[in-house]
Amino acid sequence: MSFFSFGQSAEIDVVLNDAETRKKAEHKTEDGKKDKYFLFYDGETVSGKVNVTLKNPGKRLEHQGIKIEFVGQIELYYDKGNHHEFVSLVKDLARPGEMTQSQTFDFEFTHVEKPYESYTGQNVKLRYFLRATVIRRLNDITKELDIVVHTLSTYPELNSSIKMEVGIEDCLHIEFEYNKSKYHLKDVIVGKIYFLLVRIKIKHMEIDIIKRETTGTGPSVYHENDTIAKYEIMDGAPVRGESIPIRLFLAGYDLTPTMRDINKKFSVRYYLNLVLIDEEERRYFKQQEITLWRKGDVVRKSMSHQAAIASQRFEGSAASESALEKAAKEESG
Amino acid sequence: MTDSAVADTRRLNSKPQDLTDAYGPPSNFLEIDVHEPQIVGVGRNRYTTYGVRMRTNLPIFKLKDSCVRRRYSDFEWLKNELERDSKIVVPPLPGKALKRQLPFRGDEGLFDENFIEQRRVGLEQFINRIAGHPLAQNERCLHMFLQDESIDRNYIPGKV
Repeated sequence: MSFFSFGQSAEIDVVLNDAETRKKAEHKTEDGKKDKYFLFYDGETVSGKVNVTLKNPGKRLEHQGIKIEFVGQIELYYDKGNHHEFVSLVKDLARPGEMTQSQTFDFEFTHVEKPYESYTGQNVKLRYFLRATVIRRLNDITKELDIVVHTLSTYPELNSSIKMEVGIEDCLHIEFEYNKSKYHLKDVIVGKIYFLLVRIKIKHMEIDIIKRETTGTGPSVYHENDTIAKYEIMDGAPVRGESIPIRLFLAGYDLTPTMRDINKKFSVRYYLNLVLIDEEERRYFKQQEITLWRKGDVVRKSMSHQAAIASQRFEGSAASESALEKAAKEESG
Repeated sequence: MTDSAVADTRRLNSKPQDLTDAYGPPSNFLEIDVHEPQIVGVGRNRYTTYGVRMRTNLPIFKLKDSCVRRRYSDFEWLKNELERDSKIVVPPLPGKALKRQLPFRGDEGLFDENFIEQRRVGLEQFINRIAGHPLAQNERCLHMFLQDESIDRNYIPGKV
C-alpha cells in the first residue's frame, strides 16, 4: 500500500465467468469460521476477468507487467515462510507499460489439474487461489481469490467389513464388527459389539471418531489428534452373549476425506475408537482406522425399493425379503 | 454395490443370546466389605483392625468367600507393593492421621468413633477400586492381602 498521496494506484478485482451458476461450498478458515467459496473439481477450466480500476482518474499507472496466476499450495503453520506449490500456472495479461484508464483483462486456465482436496487443519493448510498482480518497481498491487476444491471418488470395488475379536485375558472378550472399511462422508456406520466374556463391571460404552492430522517427515513427525464425535452406544452392564447394535450417521459431523501423504507433506486419517468404561472410570479401548471418501451427487433410485430396505429391521428376515423382491420387480417391470 | 441414495442401516445379524446367560448371575460379581472395626491391645500399644470380607465369582480368586482382619499399615503395605510391581495408578488411601497419635488431645485420637468410621469408608473404597482392576488381579500381593489369614512380609513378589 502506498503512503504517498501523489502517484497513481489501482484496485484489482478478480471475477469468474460462471460466478452466477457455479456452486459454492462451505470451508473452514484458519480461525475456525466457516465461509463460502466457489467449488471446483479436478480438470475443470478456471476462467474469468481481471478488472484493474485506477484510483485517481486521469493519472497514468506505470507498471512492469500484469499477470494472473492459479496456485495450489501447502502451507505448514510452523514453517509459514515456505509455501510448497504443487500447482503453479501463470498467464500474462499485459506487457510492461502504462495504463491511462481502467481496464478489464480476460483469462482462462484450461482443464486445470487439481489433484488434492482443499484442507484447513490444525497445523497445515492446502489451498487453491487465483492471484492477479500489477507488477511495479516499489510495491506490487495484488488480489487473491480463494476457491475450494473437492476430490470425488466412486464406490470402492473392494470394501470388506472389519471384524475382530479383542480382549483382556480372563477379564473381557468382545467381538466387534463394522459393516465396511471405507465410508463416504454421508454414509452410516452399521456394526455390532458382541460380548464373549464379561468379568468386569462395565458402566457404559461409546464409539468415538478421531481425526489424526500428521505433519512433518522422519524424526520430526507430529500427530495432532482431535475427537470429532463421541457417541454412546450402550448404557449399563452387559453380560455374555449380549449383542449391542451400532448405527452412526456420519453426515452430522465435520469430516473430510482421508488424505494420505499429500504431496509428501501431510496426512489426515480417521479412526473409530470403541471405548468401554467400567464403574471405576477405567477405560478399555480399541482403535480401528477407517477410510473416508467423498461421493458425488447421484440421482435417486425409486422410492419403493428404498422404502422396502428401510422397513427391514434385520437383513434377511422372511417377510421383508418378499417385499424387496416385489419392489425390485416393480422397478424392472 | 448398488448406488442408492438411502443407506442400508439394517442391523447386522447376531447370534441369539442363551437364556441362562441372559438371566443367570453375572460373571463379574465382586464385593468387598471393610467392616467390624475392633481395637486390639492395651494402653499405648493399641491399634484398630478391620474385617475385610470378599465375595466373588471371578475365577482368578481361589476362595469365593473369604474374611480376614487387616490394620491400616497392612493397607499401606499393599499400596506400596502395587506401586512398585504393577503398572496401575494406585488410588489414594485415607490419611495417616499422625496428629491423632499425639498426646493431650481433647478426643479419643486414633480411636475416636467418627475417625474410625471415616477411615473404614476410605479403606473400603480403596480396596474395591483396586480389586476390580484387571492388572492388580494378577499380583500375588493382592491375593495374599484378601485371602490369606496373615500377610507374610517376606513373601516373594510376583504374578499369579
